Amino acid sequence: MTKVGIIIFPGSNCDKDLGEGLVATGFDVEYIWHKNTELPNNLDLIAIPGGFSFGDYLRCGAIAAKSPITEVVLKFAKEGGYLLGICNGFQVLCESGLLPGALVGNVGLKFICRQESFLVENSDSIFTSNYHPGQEINLPIAHHDGNYIADAETISELEDNGRVVFKYLENPNGSINNIAGILSKNKRVLGMMPHPERAVDKIHASNDGRNLFSSLLESFK
Amino acid sequence: MKVRVHVMPKDGLLDPQGEAINIALVNMGFAEVKNVKQGKVIELELEEEDKIVVKNRVEEMCQKLLANSVIESFQVEVI
Repeated sequence: MTKVGIIIFPGSNCDKDLGEGLVATGFDVEYIWHKNTELPNNLDLIAIPGGFSFGDYLRCGAIAAKSPITEVVLKFAKEGGYLLGICNGFQVLCESGLLPGALVGNVGLKFICRQESFLVENSDSIFTSNYHPGQEINLPIAHHDGNYIADAETISELEDNGRVVFKYLENPNGSINNIAGILSKNKRVLGMMPHPERAVDKIHASNDGRNLFSSLLESFK
Repeated sequence: MKVRVHVMPKDGLLDPQGEAINIALVNMGFAEVKNVKQGKVIELELEEEDKIVVKNRVEEMCQKLLANSVIESFQVEVI
């Protein structure tokens, strides 16, 4: 079975939703507390869920990026491991330096919690192969600091190399180029602000998150 | 020894909080306000009395945790 390790920091609050979504897709899930210094064996993927790790103190994701487990997760990713960071998980990945740029306060200074429309910019990744390029999808967002910024050189590097995976159709937070999700250079690490795990069940407002999880599952078969 | 770290949004970076304060001040009649930037101040107390050692250590703390060099600049003040 394809096994996902979900990292839990104090203040993570989407870990169970993510786990349920992954199990419903057919993954085996193991939860990993942030103080662990070792990963379970045979993980195919590590996921860092949304939430407010360490109360968002200092900067969102900054303290989690220095947690004991994060060092091991970074090593896993640097050795070619697959990694998914959602919302606060995306912030942790930027703060740890694994993904470029930073996520700062929304331009409207408000926490935004609602359905948004996104464009799938790149469907040629293990995370997005079940979407088609240019597909419009609906996923919920729930963040105060989702305003993606990076220097012009980094933005062109991301755009020119297919590393921008999701874009907002209507920019809710001020992100440069409407960027909502980016890949690492080796395309094995995805950071995204929207919550696919809140768009998988029949009671959810949309089911467009399912394709992300099914893309992943199929890629490991 | 006590140290004060000033962390500020980098020049040219959009600072929505500073902007909101700016608008509020102008609306209150402080029309001369041209620009506001909001940062943060972090005070640390260290068990070390050598000023140079302290400054170096705190700068390392800033680079590793207290400031994010993508968006922030920092200044270390020994007090």
